Amino acid sequence: MNKPSITVFAALITLAFLGVTGSSHAQAAALSTEKQDPNRFNRLLPPKDKRTPPVAEDGIHDPKGAGVKVLQEPREAFGVLIKGKGGNYVDWVKSLDKKKIKPLYDLDDPELVPMTVDMNIVREVKGTMPDVVFPHEQHTQWLECANCHPAIFIPQKGANPMSMVDIMLGNKCGVCHGTVAFPVTECRRCHSKAKPMKARQKVSAKSTRK
Amino acid sequence: MYKSALIGLLSMLAAMVLPQAAHAEYGDVVMNNYSDAAGMRPVVFPHWYHRIRFRCKVCHADLGFKFKAGGNKITMAKIIDGQFCGACHNGEISWSVENCGMCHSGISGTPTHIDGSTVQRLVAPTYKKLGN
Ligand code: HEC
Ligand code: HEC
Ligand code: HEC
Ligand code: HEC
Ligand code: HEC
Ligand code: HEC
Repeated sequence: MNKPSITVFAALITLAFLGVTGSSHAQAAALSTEKQDPNRFNRLLPPKDKRTPPVAEDGIHDPKGAGVKVLQEPREAFGVLIKGKGGNYVDWVKSLDKKKIKPLYDLDDPELVPMTVDMNIVREVKGTMPDVVFPHEQHTQWLECANCHPAIFIPQKGANPMSMVDIMLGNKCGVCHGTVAFPVTECRRCHSKAKPMKARQKVSAKSTRK
Repeated sequence: MYKSALIGLLSMLAAMVLPQAAHAEYGDVVMNNYSDAAGMRPVVFPHWYHRIRFRCKVCHADLGFKFKAGGNKITMAKIIDGQFCGACHNGEISWSVENCGMCHSGISGTPTHIDGSTVQRLVAPTYKKLGN
């Protein structure tokens, strides 16, 4: 992207987020029955007990439909799983490792186990953020090679240009992270490898120089 | 260049931590290519419920579901022929298609999308103003 298009983009995003806050304030006011302290902590964050809403109040299920009375409440199912920090607020990697869930790998053969590959790909990151480690192990637990190769990633280290903006727009890692797998807000799970000390100093020296 | 990219990135992050209008469980897909027009409630597909029971590979490789909300152009004719949802919702692996309300459980007028996604949270979801 060139400079003007990025600036336009930033402006659009800012507008979009004004839209989001505007509508959610109205909605929050409509939802809350008791009066809230205007000077409370975490004025802008949704309260924890609103994170996994009941099916009938989640905004996409019709409370008048026949389904809502029968569908399972996610909170009930998640109660026995290992908690996570974002998305479903379930750590799906640990829940699978600890056998809290036993998802089938094949419809015809319930005994079939995934062919996992233990291969980490380290992606060096521009700036001060820790480097990204992509683990094949955890991915091949859930997915097949052809889910990613070659449509999303050419299977060759470094052959796929990626950036954080791209990921947030739903491309590359963002096809799944930000839709179904843990969301981009969990920076540390991807940015997990500290940079060598030298490189870090070099970067911070560069960024303070005008 | 790098600086303006960073400003863009930061404002995106800011938009994400800010409160969102009440949204459904992360990963819920609303499918409404045909439902509204046919007078049915749109379909809500819960990823969380299915991934407790099946790996992604079962649906996204073996059954051929593309990674795109609404992108599979699912119809009832395909389902009763054993494709897509019909590979399991056939009265054997899971309950059968006569339970219309289980799948067609969405609020009419909700467009096809995946709920709670980064992209949806970054760009103001206009449909929230329509339905509820
Ligand atoms: C979730 C997506 C995903 C899945 C599933 C996946 N890969 Fe990869 N693979 C990647 C990414 C990302 C890279 C790194 C590409 C880059 O650095 O540009 C990679 C790189 C590779 C490479 C290149 C390594 C190198 O050193 O050049 C090979 C080989 C590979 N994958 C094989 C496989 C095989 C075999 C499977 C199935 C068992 C598989 N991958 C499943 C995402 C995936
Ligand atoms: C095709 C879907 C898909 C793509 C593309 C994908 N992932 Fe994942 N990733 C998953 C799933 C599913 C999991 C399991 C955890 C979950 O669902 O929250 C996972 C787990 C991980 C984990 C393991 C976290 C842990 O706690 O052990 C890391 C790290 C990760 N992904 C990083 C990446 C990075 C970096 C990329 C891009 C280079 C990427 N992923 C692309 C689907 C994907
Ligand atoms: C799903 C994995 C994943 C998550 C979660 C994630 N990142 Fe990244 N990030 C990446 C990848 C992949 C790159 C590109 C690395 C490269 O250049 O090859 C990247 C690059 C970056 C860069 C360098 C600039 C650029 O765009 O290349 C910054 C800064 C960054 N991420 C910040 C963050 C912050 C802050 C968070 C948490 C809000 C975060 N990231 C969460 C995978 C992730
Ligand atoms: C029971 C089947 C099933 C399973 C299991 C499943 N999915 Fe899906 N997935 C779907 C359906 C159905 C859609 C919506 C397709 C449509 O609307 O045409 C979808 C859509 C998606 C999309 C597209 C979202 C968008 O941006 O539009 C992604 C990404 C995705 N799934 C990832 C995953 C991952 C990762 C897993 C495993 C953790 C998984 N799915 C498990 C059925 C499944
Ligand atoms: C891989 C098999 C499989 C596929 C494909 C599949 N389902 Fe399911 N689905 C199941 C099973 C198994 C259950 C659980 C049945 C039970 O508990 O008796 C289920 C349950 C459900 C439920 C009920 C969840 C609850 O709260 O009880 C809904 C809604 C649903 N599926 C919708 C869909 C839709 C819509 C599709 C197609 C887009 C689809 N499913 C595709 C296997 C599948
Ligand atoms: C297993 C889930 C499931 C069940 C059960 C189900 N449907 Fe559907 N139905 C779908 C999906 C998915 C679509 C595509 C939604 C869209 O994109 O609008 C659909 C679309 C439709 C459509 C519009 C497209 C077409 O093919 O005509 C009608 C009408 C419809 N369903 C009626 C019904 C009726 C009536 C029942 C009960 C007898 C029923 N459905 C049960 C999943 C289901």
